[in-house]
Parts: sequence; structure tokens; C-alpha cells
Amino acid sequence: MPDQRTNFIARLDWLTIILFLVMVVFGWMNIFASTYDPEGAGSLFDFTQRYSKQFYYILTALFLAIVVLTIDSKFWSFFSYPIYVLMLLVIPLTLLIGREVNGARAWIFIGSFSLQPAEFVKFAAALALAKFISRFNFQILKFRTLAIIGIMIGLPMGLILLQNDTGTALVFLAFILVLFREGLWWEVLAIGGLAVLLFVLTLLVPLPVLLPVISVIALGITWLYQRNLKFFFTGAGILGGLFVLAWLTGRYIGKEFSLTYLFFIASVIAFFISLLIILRKKHQPLLLILFTWIGALIFIFSVDFVFHEILGDHQQSRINQILGLESDLLGKGYNLNQSKIAIGSGGFFGKGFMQGTQTRYNFVPEQSTDFIFCTIGEEWGFIGSLIVVGLFSGLIIRLIILAERQRSVFSRVYGYGVVSILFFHFAINIGMTIGLVPVIGIPLPFFSSGGSSLWGFTVLLFILLRLDTDRYEVVS
Amino acid sequence: MRNQNQSRKYVIGGMVLLVSVIYLFRLFYIQVIDQSYKLSSNNNSRLRQVEFAARGMIFDRYGKVLVFNEAVFDLLVLPQQVKNFDTLDLCGMLKVDPAELRESLKKAREYSRYRQSPVVRNVSPEQIAALQEKLYKFPGFSIQTRTQRKYPEPIAPHVLGYVGEVNASDMTDNPYYQMGDYIGKSGLESEYEEILRGRKGIHFMLVDVHNRVQGNFDNGRYDTIPEPGRKLTTTIDAGLQQYGEQLLAHKRGSIVAIEPATGEILALISSPGYDPNELVGRVRGQNFERLMNDSLNPLFNRATMSRYSPGSIFKIIQALIALQLGVLDEFYSVDCNKGIIGCHNHPNAHGLREGIRYSCNPYFYTVFRRIILQGKSTSNFRDSEMGLSTWTPMAKNFGLGQVLPVDIPGVKPGLIPDVAYYDKIYGKGRWAFSTIYSNSIGQGEVETVPIQIANLAAIIANRGHYFVPHFIKAIEGIDTIPRKYTRQIGTGIDSRYFDIIADGMAEVVYEPGGTGSRARVPGVVVCGKTGTVQNSQGEDHSGFFAFAPKERPRIAIVAYVENSGAGGTWAAIIASLMIEKYMNGSVTQLDKEKTILEYQQY
Repeated sequence: MPDQRTNFIARLDWLTIILFLVMVVFGWMNIFASTYDPEGAGSLFDFTQRYSKQFYYILTALFLAIVVLTIDSKFWSFFSYPIYVLMLLVIPLTLLIGREVNGARAWIFIGSFSLQPAEFVKFAAALALAKFISRFNFQILKFRTLAIIGIMIGLPMGLILLQNDTGTALVFLAFILVLFREGLWWEVLAIGGLAVLLFVLTLLVPLPVLLPVISVIALGITWLYQRNLKFFFTGAGILGGLFVLAWLTGRYIGKEFSLTYLFFIASVIAFFISLLIILRKKHQPLLLILFTWIGALIFIFSVDFVFHEILGDHQQSRINQILGLESDLLGKGYNLNQSKIAIGSGGFFGKGFMQGTQTRYNFVPEQSTDFIFCTIGEEWGFIGSLIVVGLFSGLIIRLIILAERQRSVFSRVYGYGVVSILFFHFAINIGMTIGLVPVIGIPLPFFSSGGSSLWGFTVLLFILLRLDTDRYEVVS
Repeated sequence: MRNQNQSRKYVIGGMVLLVSVIYLFRLFYIQVIDQSYKLSSNNNSRLRQVEFAARGMIFDRYGKVLVFNEAVFDLLVLPQQVKNFDTLDLCGMLKVDPAELRESLKKAREYSRYRQSPVVRNVSPEQIAALQEKLYKFPGFSIQTRTQRKYPEPIAPHVLGYVGEVNASDMTDNPYYQMGDYIGKSGLESEYEEILRGRKGIHFMLVDVHNRVQGNFDNGRYDTIPEPGRKLTTTIDAGLQQYGEQLLAHKRGSIVAIEPATGEILALISSPGYDPNELVGRVRGQNFERLMNDSLNPLFNRATMSRYSPGSIFKIIQALIALQLGVLDEFYSVDCNKGIIGCHNHPNAHGLREGIRYSCNPYFYTVFRRIILQGKSTSNFRDSEMGLSTWTPMAKNFGLGQVLPVDIPGVKPGLIPDVAYYDKIYGKGRWAFSTIYSNSIGQGEVETVPIQIANLAAIIANRGHYFVPHFIKAIEGIDTIPRKYTRQIGTGIDSRYFDIIADGMAEVVYEPGGTGSRARVPGVVVCGKTGTVQNSQGEDHSGFFAFAPKERPRIAIVAYVENSGAGGTWAAIIASLMIEKYMNGSVTQLDKEKTILEYQQY
């Protein structure tokens, strides 16, 4: 066995490369299966069919991978910011010279060839974030630091939102995992989770039922921090009192609360900030209960506001579909329903390669891009689903291991950036096809057809592999 | 090197695993455990392509086509595939209002963006030909072929009926029908629906989301082939029917002509009518509404639904019942004193024949009195009750007061009052002959519909029996017609009494003082009787019923012209012309014809 310390090839993480290749090849097979039209066109290699285009995209991606591997790892660290800025400058170009596809102005067309710059912002942002966090004397729990990180992530998000590509913009939220790994308060993650839970509950459960639920959560949190029965019971008493008060006001005023939604939004922000402060100082448990409770209440009303006033019709209905509050199987719910039918009809062993009636006959929209998992589910059955989910969790776990074995902070943070992005894509994309997550149009990495996303993910992944080859070098 | 939060890698790794495990559970559930997705998948990609069977054609008694089928085209749309197109160009080709097209496109989109729905129905072949060449300009649109009813002559709308799309109750009553199917809604189309419709074929195809056929489903194992509807030959004489409609044009009234020996209906006319072609295709909706709202009520079949007092025609029934009961003989005479019941001026009737000839009211008042008051009880009330309970079933034996099971829907029963009927109005034992005597001359409570009177003419022509009037002559593939139309039904009256009536009815037409002299037909002995129906709402209805020839009759007929005065005028002339037309094939009494055609009520 060649010495890893001297042999570059040996230092490459071949497990990751193999996982990558398997995914790309399996992805291509499914793109072929879902888009091949026996009457449509001739050669496998002309540029008219989706699967043949994808073939060239894969070749290009492999070429890109090799190029990335040959570049010195210091290049990525050194040029992080310039790359980030360059990519940020490219996005607005689409607003000027881009063309609208499916409602999003996210593509630049060069002849018949299209490029989606947002796909390359992901690795650029990961690089920049890694660069920033790996600064000497970096302290994450400082307002200034968090503000800069917020801007670094928020800028590309905002620009992509301007392109009307909500799905891709949401991907940047995944960086919260990176920050978490680098020492952000774990409560942020917990509150985030709670917020999602509350959001869903608010839409599903009527307010009178929700209030006790919040109360229990608030009490639970207090118990975690202050294992003190006296406080606990006082808190419960206050909550009970509030409850009766709310009930009485509700009876006299009726359902119409005259407080403006604007006030609620301001309160939500204020609440989360004060909650953080209280949590850090670990005192005043009663205030904690009160804040949690009031905060949750405010959050509920803001959910109502956000849901009805800010989200567009189609976004509302996508969420409603998931929560089972709306079923319109021939209209707005069509995509999700067809997607579930395709996957569900696959059975345990699947219908066989190129035998999927649902995906082959175009019942599933976007069946080679965002909904490629439908083809997998239908033709390869549960076995295929198991393989794909296994490949993804395997790859992501492997990448966590790679990230953790880096000596350089830059490499580790970048590694977690890759992990976060891939995890977000994997969770959202597959989740949406099986109806666990609202339909958010983002591709399944390495599987979905399309050049930009494949190249973007390839570059993203291979930069990490390149950094990983230099893991033994002592960094300053 | 700061790496103090290393343990958090387990949290992140745990999240990845947690999500993976949740997804795998969910996938296992929808892919392996829940079978409903497999079903949906089959329904999804399986198109039930219905091949409509062509409806059976309908012929007249001589084999002349009354109804046939014509190919029509529907323009379908698949909203998802629709791109910007030239609305005006499309509307111009199809002659539809752009606003209307936009409206139906909107409806189609609301129904589903991914399923086809019709946007323009019943496009003509000429328009389709023009459209077909340009269809490539209108992505998402396609053409579907169906057949639709077509009537070479615009006759007999009430007999033939019309066809329409099934409604919700049709579909629940009979699972054969599905949304978009057609069903006979009235007339013969409705009565013989199952024979005419045939059986639609169902073709299961594998399709993609655009309903583009990808191949047969399971090699066509579940497919059925459409069976075309069977041909129906009716008893209608198209020539006579058309002539009758011509005679009744611009008048309110009806004509029914029956072949006495078989009960076959030769013509059934209700005026005003409509052109059956009006209730077909794209114009159907608006025409239907117009006809529905027409104050002259053209959709109403007067021949089977108009309830008139039979008037003097009913005197024949009274005479026959009295003869059979033995309370009257042919030589019985009555002075026309106009004491209790009014009459027109005529010589006193000597014998029953003259009573009929003069249509003498006091004569038949007396006859009915003799039937009802037979002196079996000392109580006048009780006696009336006994008399009426004898009379009612005998009158009903003539096919009155009950629905004649004619083979079109909606035939009305009319009314022959019985004891219970009067008890309900006046109370038991509180009415007597004096209450009900108007019935003696066909006024009062009795009501008949024209087809019953035509049947009555057939009964007299047959000297005492009838066959239920019907339109069916032959059904393709079946040797017989329904038994109910071939069974001879008696009236319980001896046939010799009918000869007296026939004599009287001939005198009505041919003897001086007869009320029906206008009914004469050159070379044929016509037996007839006028029936002037008093009408509270306006002028009397003119009615006349007849059969001809007197011996071996070939046609029995009734004609009514509403609000036109005495029966001897308009109705008798129409009966005369119809008889001549049927017997001789042509009409020589041109002056009569001219009179009728010039008489217009609206």
C-alpha cells in the first residue's frame, strides 16, 4: 500500500469518489428511463435528448472534478472571498440577461445551452464562510461575528430570492448546521425546530388546543433549566391564570383581536432575542416561562399573518397539501399526488428498469429533474429507495468523518458546508416527493438532470476531497 | 486550533440518520404496505376510452327513414398544453363567441389542467375540416368524433322524442350510464332506449398524462366492442303524419289516426310542434329554453296529454252502455224539449240513430238517466250510487279513465268518475243523478285525452274491441312486438249494438240535419261524430272523431282544434282530409284543404 503521506492518489478518499460515481451513473440510468422515447430520437449521443445531454454533462463534471483536484488547496482558501464576490456579481446578471423558466429568472442562456449561476453560489458561500470562521481569534458568540455571518449568508439568499427561485434560496439556511458545529448556541437549533413544529401545529390545530400545548412546552423548557418544584408550580399557576384570563377576554371581545400583525412581527424578533439573553444568563425562570409562552403566542399569530399575507397562493397550497388540509388532486395537489402514486406503485421490487408507467408516461411533472426520485421509486421499488437513501446518508456521514479529520479549521468548516448543503437537498427533495415536506423545487444532488446543478455539486464535493488530500499538512 | 465542539458531530450525524430512517419508514409504508397507490397508478395510466355505439335508426311503416345519425365533432382541450393562440382565428372557424370560448376554457382549467374536457360541442363537419388543417396552431386542442341524431323531415317531434346528455339521476338509476353519455329523454327515444342505444364499447388504453395513447392495456383483455343500436320500424305513415302537421299548422290542436284492425298509430300530431333538428347539437340548449318558455307550449304533446271534456262524442258511450244494460233500444225516441238540458234546434229524434245524428242533448240526458236511475232502490241517492257503480267500469272498458299503455311516455289517464269520486266531493249519499247528469253529454267531470277518443273510434270500427294503440311495428333482430300490443281487448258490449252506432255515425255525416256533413270523403263512407267541447277559458274546442270506411274500416281518427268553435267545422274537415289522404294517397278536396290552410290561429 502506497504511503498516504507521499502519494496523492492514495490520499484521495476513494470511498467518496465511488459513492459519487455510483450516484451519478444510477442517476443517469433513471434520467434515461424517464425521458427515453423509443419513437423520439435516434442516437444516444446527439444533443437533442435529455439523457444524451446529461451524458455530456456527466463527462464535463468528471473533467471539472479532475481540474479541481489538480488545483492547489491553498488556492481555494486564498481566493475564497474573490470567488464569493464574483459569484455574487454573476447572479444579478440573470436579472438583466436571463430568461424566465417556470416562474424563476434564474437561467442564463448561451445559445441552446443554459446555466443556472445560483448552483455555483453554494460552494462559493461555503468557501467564504469557511474562510471567515477560520480567521485567527474567531469568536462565534459575538454580535458582530453573527452579523457578518448573517450578511454573508443573507446576501446570496436575497439575490436568489430576487430571481424568484425560493427553493435555492432556502438552501442557504442549511449553513446553520455549520454554525452549530462551530459553537453556535444549541438553543438556536432547538428553537428553530420548535418554530417549525409550532408553524405546523398552528396551521393544523385550533388555537384553544394549541395554547395548552405551548404551556406544556414552556413548562418543559423551564424544567430543563431549573429543576426546582417551587418555580415549576408557580409557573404552572401563572400559566393557568393566563389561560383563564385569555379565555375570559376571548369570551368578551370575541375572536377579533385588534392588535396589528406588524406588532406581532416586531414582538417575535424581540422575543427571540430576549429569550436568548435569558437562556444564557440562566436565571429568572418565571420570566422564562412567560417569555416562552407569550413568544409562542406571538409566533402563532405571525404564522397566521405570514401564511395568509406573505406566502403566495401556490406556496400556501403546497403547505396545505402536506398537512392534508387541502386536496385538489387534479389541480394544485396534482404534482404531489402523482409523485406519491408513482413512488407508491413501485412496490417492494419496483416495476423494473424503464417499466414505470407513471413516470415514463409523464404523469409526474419534472420527472427527470426535481422529481427524479419518483422514477427511482417506481422502477426500483423500495429496494431502490433504500439504496438511494443509503447512498445519501452514507455519503453525508462519510463527509462528516472527512470534515472532522481535518486539522485546518478552513477545511473542516468547508466540509460541514458541503454536508449541510447535501443534507438539505437530500432531506427536502426526497421529503417532498413522498409528501413529508412542502414542494420546494430543488434538485436531488447527482441524480437530477441538468448541467448546472451537477457541476455545482461536483465542484462542491471535489474541493472538499482536494482539501482532504492535504489533511496532514500543518496549517498555521 | 479550536475544536471544542467536536461532540456535536454526533448531533449532526444523528439528524442525518434520523431523517433517513423516517424517510425509509415512510417509503416502506407507501411502497409496500399501502396498496392504494398501486390502484391509483392503474387508474391513472388507464384510459377508459368509450366508443359510442351509433343509435338505432328509426323508420316509418313503409321503411322511410325518420331518424338517422350524423357524425359530429367535439373540440377537446387539455389546458396544460395550451399555449398562446389566436383566439379570434379559432372562434372565427368554429363560429363561437370569443367570450364564450374563454369561459369554457376557464371551466376546463378549473376542472383539471391535466385532463381533457370538451370546450366546443357539436362542431359541424365543414368547420372541422377547416380546423383540422390548422390544428397544429392550437396546441392542447383535439377533436373527438361522436354521432348525433338527424331528421330528414322535420316531422313527428312528439312521437320520436329527443336525446340528451344523462343527468345525475339517470346515472344512479342505471350504472350503465356515465358522465357524458346520451340517453333518450322523451318519446320513442326514451321508451325504446335500450334497443336504440345499443351497447357502448369500452377500450382500455395505457396513456400518458396528456391522454396520449401509449398502447393497449393488458392486451385488450377487458375491452368490449360497441354494439350498434337496433333499427326500429314504427307504425307511423310519414306522408300522413306530414300532411296532418301541415293541416294543423298555425292552429292549436291534435290529430291521432289509428289502424283499427291492429291498433297501429298511423299519425300522431300535436300542434304547435317543433323541428326535431332544433333539439340536437349545439343549438339544443337555447332552443330547448325557447320552446319551454313558448306560451303556445310546443313541447307539450296535446294528443296524449291534453285533457278535454269529450263533449258529444261521449254520447256514443252512453248509448252503448244503455243498450248493453237493456235500458235503451234502438227505436227509443225523445222529444227535444230543452227543459232540463239545452240543445240546438233540430227535429225530434226518432230512434237512437237520429239521436246520434242530431246529437240531441235531451235524448242522451234521458239515456244516462235510465242507466243511473234504474229504480233498484227507493232512495234517489242510493239508486244513483248503484247506477253509477254499474256505469263506471263499463265506461272504463273503453280504455277511458286509465293510462293507455301507448309506447311513448307521459300519456295521461283522463277521468271517468266513480262513486268514491263523488263521495269525496259531496259526501256519501249526498249526491244523486241531478248532481252528475252533465256527464250524459260528455261535459261535467268526465275527461279524455285525444288518443283515447281515437281508440274509441277504433273500437266502434272494430265493433267492440281494440288493440292498445302503439308505434312499434318491428324491432331489428326480434320477431315479435310486445305482447301487450297484439292482444285484443274487448269492451263487454255486444258487437250488434255497434252496428247501430255505426249507422248513426254515418247519418251524422250523410243525412240531412247531421252535424258532420263536412267530413264526407269522395268514394268512402265515413262514420263520424262531432264533439264540441265547452271550454271555460275561451271559445269551444272543435272535436271530431271518425272511422272509415263504414265496412272493413281502415282508419280511425280524431281531430281537435282548440278554441275554434263547433266540432262540425274545422275538426270534421281535417278528419275528412286525413281520411282521404290515407285511403287514396292524395287529396282531391282542394277547397276544403285551402280553407284549413288559410285558417290560422297564431
